[in-house]
Amino acid sequence: MSMMWRALMGACAVTAMGAPVLAETLTIATVNNGDMIRMQRMTSSFTEANPDIQLEWVTLEENVLRQRVTTDIATRGGQYDIVTVGNYEVPIWAAQDWLLPLEDMGEEYDAEDILPPIAAGLSRDGQLFAAPFYGESAMIMYRTDLMEAAGLEMPERPTWDFVFDAARKMTDRPNEIYGICLRGKAGWGENMAFLTSMAHSYGAAWFDAEWKPQFDGEAWNRALSDYVAVMNEAGPPGASSNGFNENLALFQTGKCGMWIDATVAASFVSNPDDSTVADKVGYALAPEGEKPAMWLWAWTLAIPSSTQSPDAAKKFVAWATSKAYAEEIAAADGWANVPPGTRTSLYENPEYQEAAPFAQTTLDSIMSADLANPTTVEVPYIGTQWVGIPEFQAIGTTVGQQFSAALAGQATVEQALQMAQQIAEREMTRAGYPK
Amino acid sequence: MARNVSETRRWTVTFIAWGIALVIFFPILWTILTSFKSEADAIASPPKFLFFDWTTRNYSEVQARSPYFRHFSNSVVISIGSTLLGLLIAIPAAWSMAFQPAKRTKDLLMWMLSTKMMPAAGVLIPIYLLFRSWGLLDTRLGITVVLMLINLPIITWMLYTYFREIPGEILEAARMDGASLKNEILYVLTPMAVPGIASTLLLNVILAWNEAFWTLNLTTSQAAPLTTFIASYSSPEGLFYAKLSAASTMAIAPILILGWFSQKQLVRGLTFGAVK
Repeated sequence: MSMMWRALMGACAVTAMGAPVLAETLTIATVNNGDMIRMQRMTSSFTEANPDIQLEWVTLEENVLRQRVTTDIATRGGQYDIVTVGNYEVPIWAAQDWLLPLEDMGEEYDAEDILPPIAAGLSRDGQLFAAPFYGESAMIMYRTDLMEAAGLEMPERPTWDFVFDAARKMTDRPNEIYGICLRGKAGWGENMAFLTSMAHSYGAAWFDAEWKPQFDGEAWNRALSDYVAVMNEAGPPGASSNGFNENLALFQTGKCGMWIDATVAASFVSNPDDSTVADKVGYALAPEGEKPAMWLWAWTLAIPSSTQSPDAAKKFVAWATSKAYAEEIAAADGWANVPPGTRTSLYENPEYQEAAPFAQTTLDSIMSADLANPTTVEVPYIGTQWVGIPEFQAIGTTVGQQFSAALAGQATVEQALQMAQQIAEREMTRAGYPK
Repeated sequence: MARNVSETRRWTVTFIAWGIALVIFFPILWTILTSFKSEADAIASPPKFLFFDWTTRNYSEVQARSPYFRHFSNSVVISIGSTLLGLLIAIPAAWSMAFQPAKRTKDLLMWMLSTKMMPAAGVLIPIYLLFRSWGLLDTRLGITVVLMLINLPIITWMLYTYFREIPGEILEAARMDGASLKNEILYVLTPMAVPGIASTLLLNVILAWNEAFWTLNLTTSQAAPLTTFIASYSSPEGLFYAKLSAASTMAIAPILILGWFSQKQLVRGLTFGAVK
């Protein structure tokens, strides 16, 4: 065998031995929002510390991502090593054995530091199945100048009646100032997120203990009637088409007196680069009726059981949801940009408290959320602004269309509730409830 | 007087035509303008049309965040590949249907077209499972074959319509002169149908370029075309309209330029046989 031939064979052998070490690529599916994009930008510190791991990002719009990832995981396609999922999916997917349990995350990970309501929503039998990247609840963001002009003072947690009264007093239609902006666009994650939280606060429930839909109850009627009435009197025109983004644009351009929505919005409306009212925003806890309106959402990183690289994936998840990651973000972009709502230590940090004026309200909102007891009556499901069953996405969106039609004036509140009851009964019977 | 009337009529028609063209083009124009705005200007009320602080920052941010050229090359390979593959199958198929029709040819054509009416989501899971078994998920080959199959009915229908315009006697004469079937299609039929084939090719490249359902569902990163590139900038929680517009402009620019230079062929393709 010639020298050259031997050298060639040797090079091939070295390459073959080295290839598995060099070629571990993690494909990460994530959503397009500010915190996730920042994570993509910050990953160089992870890849420098782990040169044997390469990262491939797949960023998609939330609903596209949900459908795409569900298809892949359900068919065990193995296209993703890490997926971004919400706390709605985690218990359902964990029950299907679609996610790997997150054990042995390293000594420095400190899983005990995760906020208890968030950890509870991501666990099954005490085992964490997804690591929270950021968490959110709902709060009232309001214009302090308009509230003062209306001669009112916002309580720490107002009642629904106070909110409705303030909305009517703050409205100045000739000057395009609308007292209240709420979600009206149909969808289980759009208007139904707000309306489910509001109705729970009124003492309504989606289902009774036998999984019978409850839209024919008096509490739902009161909640929906109040919502439609206040939006007609004090809401912006075309509110039935408004979701999070539309309301954000309205609030940032000074057209909303109050906006009740996810706490993540606080960092947008208080940013002077994008918001014309950044210096006039106050924050309060979500309103209360018979119970405080609850809302709990967490974007998490989970590892599908179909992954070929579970150890490398766990390493990345531990890095991206660690305390050290929060410090890296703080050093690069400031404490106000650290992903909120997941760790107790962040809210104990005086630098964060100073940089994020909405920190305490966010923490209080998250801590008051009780996934198992969202309303005054006993319910067979978990969930605050959603219902933790696989059928909820379809039923929630269809019911949301009825309620959006009521807001647009295409149906009365009674007609919308009657239709919602029929739809929910039909779909639950088809799905085989009670199970 | 007659001349005045015709002059007025000409100006009116021109004015209306430009008005309609502007209305149709306005969403694209607005997307391009928004791509040069800051996020705050993108949502300004009342909207800012031309007088805003022009910036190319969105383009540089999009460029820094996404591998645009990988998505672009995937789009080129997938759209052209699927169209050429489709033509390879559709030309002989359309020839046989146009010049050797059988009793059920019309039914066959209608059946082919009816497959376009089936909701794509209905066959997603079976195709996904097949792709997983064959190792075709996130490959250019896999998505090219799927797009070819999806557009095959349209390619066949268009070519069938063009071939029907060609007198069968010419092909008969070629056969009398001893041309084989292959030579008849290659050297007689195809050259006469070049304008029709070109229109079909262009239209199907555009259809494949814009296809979003299958490309989003069967590709992940390596074979992902520009449709997934745009989808990565859409967000229900966060105002990224300026960046989304920049990504959209970058995605539609190549096909817009192609359409501009080939508009004659496209118009001919879309109106062929409309007036007889």
